[in-house]
Amino acid sequence: MGSFVPATDHDRKEMLSAIGIESIEDLFGQLPQEVLLKDGLNLPNGMSEMEVNKKMEGIAAKNTVFPVIFRGAGAYKHYIPSIVKSVISKETLYTAYTPYQAEMSQGILQSIYEYQTMICEITGMDVANASVYDGASAAAEAVAMCRDRKKNRAFVSAAVHPQVIETIKTYCFGNGMELTVIPEKDGITDLDFLKEHLDSQAACVYIQNPNYYGSLEPAEEIGSIAKEANARYIMGVNPISLGIIKTPIEYGADIAVGEGQPLGLPLSFGGPYIGFMACTKELIRKLPGRIVGETVDSNGKTGYVLTLQAREQHIRREKALSNVCSNQALCALAVSVYLSAMGAEGLKQTAIQCMSKAHYMAEQLEAIGYSVVNQGEFFHEFVTTSKIPAEQVMGKLEEHGILGGYPLTGERAGQILWCCTEMNAKDDIDRVIGILKEV
Amino acid sequence: MLIFEKGQEGRMMTILPECDVPVSLPEEGSLRKKSMHLPQVSENDISRHYTEIAKKAYGVNDGFYPLGSCTMKYNPKINEDTAALPGFKQIHPLQPEHTVQGCMEVLKTAEQYLCEITGMSRMTFQPAAGAHGEFTGLLLIKAYHESRGDNKRTKIIVPDSAHGTNPASATMVGYSVISIPSAEDGGVDLEELKKAVGEDTAGLMLTNPNTLGLFDRNILEITKIVHEAGGLNYYDGANLNAVMGMIRPGDMGFDVVHLNLHKTFSTPHGGGGPGSGPVGCKDLLAEFLPGSMVEEEEGYVFKHPAHTIGQVKSFYGNFLIVVRAMTYLFMLGKEGVPEASKHAVLNANYMMAQLKDVYDMAYQGPCMHEFVMSLARLKKETGVSAMDIAKGLLDYGIHPPTMYFPLIVPEALMAEPTETESKETLDKVIAVLRSLHETAMTNPETLHQAPIHTPVTRLDEVRAARNPKLKHEF
Amino acid sequence: MKVLGDLVYTKTHEWVRFEDETTALVGLTDHAQQSLGELVFVNLPEEGDDTTAGEVFADVESVKAVSDVYCPVTGVVSEINEELLDSPEKINEAPYEAWFVKITDITDKEEFLSPEEYEELVKKDME
Repeated sequence: MGSFVPATDHDRKEMLSAIGIESIEDLFGQLPQEVLLKDGLNLPNGMSEMEVNKKMEGIAAKNTVFPVIFRGAGAYKHYIPSIVKSVISKETLYTAYTPYQAEMSQGILQSIYEYQTMICEITGMDVANASVYDGASAAAEAVAMCRDRKKNRAFVSAAVHPQVIETIKTYCFGNGMELTVIPEKDGITDLDFLKEHLDSQAACVYIQNPNYYGSLEPAEEIGSIAKEANARYIMGVNPISLGIIKTPIEYGADIAVGEGQPLGLPLSFGGPYIGFMACTKELIRKLPGRIVGETVDSNGKTGYVLTLQAREQHIRREKALSNVCSNQALCALAVSVYLSAMGAEGLKQTAIQCMSKAHYMAEQLEAIGYSVVNQGEFFHEFVTTSKIPAEQVMGKLEEHGILGGYPLTGERAGQILWCCTEMNAKDDIDRVIGILKEV
Repeated sequence: MLIFEKGQEGRMMTILPECDVPVSLPEEGSLRKKSMHLPQVSENDISRHYTEIAKKAYGVNDGFYPLGSCTMKYNPKINEDTAALPGFKQIHPLQPEHTVQGCMEVLKTAEQYLCEITGMSRMTFQPAAGAHGEFTGLLLIKAYHESRGDNKRTKIIVPDSAHGTNPASATMVGYSVISIPSAEDGGVDLEELKKAVGEDTAGLMLTNPNTLGLFDRNILEITKIVHEAGGLNYYDGANLNAVMGMIRPGDMGFDVVHLNLHKTFSTPHGGGGPGSGPVGCKDLLAEFLPGSMVEEEEGYVFKHPAHTIGQVKSFYGNFLIVVRAMTYLFMLGKEGVPEASKHAVLNANYMMAQLKDVYDMAYQGPCMHEFVMSLARLKKETGVSAMDIAKGLLDYGIHPPTMYFPLIVPEALMAEPTETESKETLDKVIAVLRSLHETAMTNPETLHQAPIHTPVTRLDEVRAARNPKLKHEF
Repeated sequence: MKVLGDLVYTKTHEWVRFEDETTALVGLTDHAQQSLGELVFVNLPEEGDDTTAGEVFADVESVKAVSDVYCPVTGVVSEINEELLDSPEKINEAPYEAWFVKITDITDKEEFLSPEEYEELVKKDME
């Protein structure tokens, strides 16, 4: 059996005698005897480290690692600079807890402060929190932030990632907010519907830009419509796109959220990822989760603390606006290191490469008869029709070690959502085209 | 010094190759105009910056970390190796099922192990943290009552010793909270509970052992009272490390539980996350579980439960954290799981026994995996508070216990040593705590000044809150 | 600890200054601000809100705690002291000048304590 208990027989004897009891079992006297596990757990025996390593390698080997990926849809394969892994593997940083003892946790606190600053810089917003679980929960928390006594209705675009919509729905089922899904028209948010239905009950309008299909939304117009109805404007954004595309603040957003995974986190079968949240000054006290602030110590030296804590669950209890307690600190650290390594110029170049490759691929696909469905501008994802069933396309690509685009379902059955990042070399794109020509 | 204050204008790393396709740019109206300040640094600058950052932090790897209710046990290194396997780390969450059978095996096996440990039927790994698990578990309860047309049940009963997340989570699902006072012995007051339950009871949220480190001996009666009133019982698994393999929440009458893989199952806390807060439930709630569940047919397949509450986040939760916990469970197995709990309880009782002649204990032992000291008398006699003792520990390079929690104990220090600490470590910390007590009696003033050997001294939190400065200004 | 002679008080440590029969200013007493410690934020109701005697209408935050403030009268919030939103320290510095709200159209009141009675209550509190 494997064990991480250091106690020896000798230790146990000394400790029991110091407590004044005979055996460890004596300490469990308060447990109701009638439901004790008399025969122990029905589990296999433990194993040595060597055996477990082998076992886990065996399980991992049952998965297919695709060397080339043209699938995004909420999880993106980007290049992760080596320095990212090096930093987040520092034992002190990954084995620390939430920085409750500020004097001993200045490193963690400072790194979160730097992260908050970087999120404000890329989104253009005034304040950011220390992060939440992922992009979907960030969206749901953002919607909940906008609720007040007089406004209880959330408007969410149908062109938002379906899992994000689902998550917002679940949170609304919990807190009792009404949810209206704004239909899409030609792959973007239907402005006429929005104009018609936005009323005085509207707490917020939530859109994603670029949206689920990769298209840029008429984000400025949506912002003005929201403003006119006195509703908050929330934008979900892909952080890589902010290297070249207009920021939420420029579009007039009150809150910007998004999935931070593209900024230095591996695909990881869906998690851990990180949700970033930023907002205007006005909403600062409604922002959920941990926030780090700068202050001074008793000698006047600059230091960092968890601040605005009286908003949070451990103090406000049932009156708190959110129950969020942990953030995704280690993922936030990865994001900070990624953004430091890339710099503003590197982020811009990454965005340009993503967009350029997607547009190159779209042209090549069109040339072989897959027509692009997106009508306006798109960033690094786009939708095409398929000449043959999408599953068949994917099967063929899989034989060549390529994970193709994501086959859409429902009304869009038969269409494929493709994604390119800086990781997709021209050769790989050409290879896909070559293979598809033959099917 | 912040990373923004390091480096030089124009300095950068060379990460990307040249673009090998014609450049496409957004139209003028969609272009970013706003400037963006990110660090302009070399890799060496970054490396040294974070080495410096790490010197000003403290993890389980640095030493004793007895944060009560947080279970800061040692994080085995093998967990990191298995989580880094390309076969887990490089997998896209939307790959076809036949290409992710290994990931699904991890989820299924972890579900089986943890259901056995908790006495539940099914488990979802979608929740990313304990509080997220609470939210999910309460939604299951809400969906259950609503599916039966039982719409009057809008109240959640929570003891006053509960974690702050419990009432906050209840509010997030639209429930109102009834806080009931604890009995003299720190457990649930049965009379108060009987008064509180009724036709409007949706459920009870309880952690057992409770936040005082005591196992509630009336647990079977408590869960029965709630069931008889038509409510469900929710188990907050924050303190499961005390009783794994000894007794199961399912057998105690709980219908739904959340676990904290980052506490009980040895995955690292990462400076505050990512964690993982799986939610297990009995059959009656399984049809409401969120996300996709792994089912075994010919191979593994994903299926949505019939009346799912939907998603609480994207995809399948913090998967790589589940890989780590699974690795740990494979190592411990049938015997190792209860062995861990027994030693967690042994260590806590040993510390308590060696300290109780100088520090007042909130409740007399034996305790479970943690114990609570009350420094109210010390404060009255010497002016030295729980905060002062905690800050004193910092000067010895020891992380303090949880301070001022649970709220019902004045001047509380709540210590959870965990099973992975050796007797030598405990003896050293006991000696330090005894010497701090001595200092409190003889020279209290020095403790008000503590800490003095940390990178900063006590920080002005009032200033931080009154004039929030939450980012660097360029 | 100051108790002003020209105000009335509540058991929950609010002071009330009646401007006329149906109009009053409400704030927190010196004793209350002392026991709460340095305040960092105050949540006030909105103008036009109805208040009910004995119910929570505001809260104050210190770094590590939040405390409810109860409204001693039933009426309508006609004005809030916006200065407190930016400078909650005014409550600590001058509690009897730092009024929270002005209530008009008062139709009901709690049982008030006279300055002497309130002083007595605080004395008991401190023991």
